[in-house]
Amino acid sequence: MGKRVLLIEDEPNIIEAISFILSRDGWEVDTHANGIDAVDKVKAREPDLVILDVMLPGRSGFDILRELRDHPPTANLPVLMLTARGQTKDKETAAALGVSRFMTKPFSNAEVLESVRVLASGVEAQHG
Amino acid sequence: MSRSALTGSRIRERRSMVGMRQADLARTVGISASYLNLIEHNRRRIGGKLLMDIAGALEIEPAALSEGAEAHLVARLREAAAEGGKRIEIERVDEFAGRFPGWAELVVEKQRRIAALERTVEVLTDRLTHDPFLSAALHDILTAVASIRSTSSILVETPELEPEWRGRFQRNINEDSQRLSEASRSLVGYLDGVDDIDASTTSPQEELEAFLASFDFYFPELENAAQDTDVQSILAGSELLRSSSARALAEGHLIQYLRDATLVPLARLRSALASHGLEPAALAGHLGVDLPLLFRRLAALPKELEYGPIGLVVCDASGTLIFRKQIEGFPLPRFGAACPLWPLFRALSQPMLPMQVDLAQAGRSAGHFRSYSIAQPVGEISFGKSMRFEASMLVIPDDPAVESNQEQVGVSCRVCPSATCGARREPSILAEGF
Repeated sequence: MGKRVLLIEDEPNIIEAISFILSRDGWEVDTHANGIDAVDKVKAREPDLVILDVMLPGRSGFDILRELRDHPPTANLPVLMLTARGQTKDKETAAALGVSRFMTKPFSNAEVLESVRVLASGVEAQHG
Repeated sequence: MSRSALTGSRIRERRSMVGMRQADLARTVGISASYLNLIEHNRRRIGGKLLMDIAGALEIEPAALSEGAEAHLVARLREAAAEGGKRIEIERVDEFAGRFPGWAELVVEKQRRIAALERTVEVLTDRLTHDPFLSAALHDILTAVASIRSTSSILVETPELEPEWRGRFQRNINEDSQRLSEASRSLVGYLDGVDDIDASTTSPQEELEAFLASFDFYFPELENAAQDTDVQSILAGSELLRSSSARALAEGHLIQYLRDATLVPLARLRSALASHGLEPAALAGHLGVDLPLLFRRLAALPKELEYGPIGLVVCDASGTLIFRKQIEGFPLPRFGAACPLWPLFRALSQPMLPMQVDLAQAGRSAGHFRSYSIAQPVGEISFGKSMRFEASMLVIPDDPAVESNQEQVGVSCRVCPSATCGARREPSILAEGF
């Protein structure tokens, strides 16, 4: 069984595209489309890596990331953040909260794949 | 050299302007040309009948020659000089204005233009950073572009793609391209309105502000009325209230205006002002009303009473500005949060405590203001229920020449040049000196 990725994103077509490329690369992809119970989903599924959108219905990706980092079992979970907001302030916020990588939309499939591979392999220094 | 000492220079300027020879003017007013020459070079004082005669011959008001013509100009030059550094010969400003009125006007005009452009930059930056519509529109566009880019890459880079997937991704691209078109069209329509910054409103609060500003915040129909029909007729006549939310906000404001005007009629307020001047504590005591109500009445004074510009800003307990009446030199942010150093916010942490604080605006505008703030509970007070607080801050221009312990404040962090401010939330867009 391949490694598991949880994709937390509310845009159905982006979910479909990212799920497709990751599945073809051998990843087991689980998806979730709202922010409210996203942390519960992470805790329940225990993925190897999370791809997290910033602007989600119900709760922002920053809040979700903060809670994941405050919860010991997910404190070091690799999190790749995707956002349409590329402002310096958002990058700084994400970095301060302990994001593993930050990627702005529009991204290329190759960039997403490369980031997922690197983060899941543990080669890149993760949170902390 | 004082302004009055430059009367001769002004006579010479005016005479040249109307194309009259020195000898002709001297003859007209009954003095020798050599004496007029001494006057024109400020070597003889002039006043009384001779000044009147010369002014008559030059078809100009005597005051324009003697004193007041460039008093306003000199005041503006002083303001410009205050922002211009240490090398300006401020002690010779009268002489500059008297001898080179054209150049002085140009300096003042350029200064005014720079201030207006800075305000435009501030508004646009504020909008780009905090405008919820723009933020949402750009988010939609980037999301659609991201989806199209990712999906089209799959279609191009996966030649063995199953027909079912191919069809699904083609439909997705079609959907996203439609979404992209709509979001782009909407954004272009929005940006078309940016040319006229003051007129382009985006939120109900801004519509309300534009509506109130179009009346100078003063509604004579409500000053002596006691009927709701007047409120409705005012609302019906305004094209600035486009959304139903803005209309509801305006209705609430006008009903409160009517209530305030009933409690403090304009005639009573004028009488109190005549006795106490613009002193809020004394006025509130005299009129027997609380400060927030008095602030609202003062902010609604008609211009013809000549109490000068009076600004008012009100926030709720979250710090969100819920009423804004801006005055020149004390801009209020349109979208983002305001300067946390404003006494308005300090008042929230010390409810019921009136605060009088002299303020100096940071940056180029560098205006001086006196502020009066207070936070009070609003709505019904009952046992077992938490109270809702609002804070109000009245802002009045202050004389910069008067010595006082001014606190430096800004507009909002994004457009504030105070690099070392401990209350800064985010970096400023202003490079050193703008």
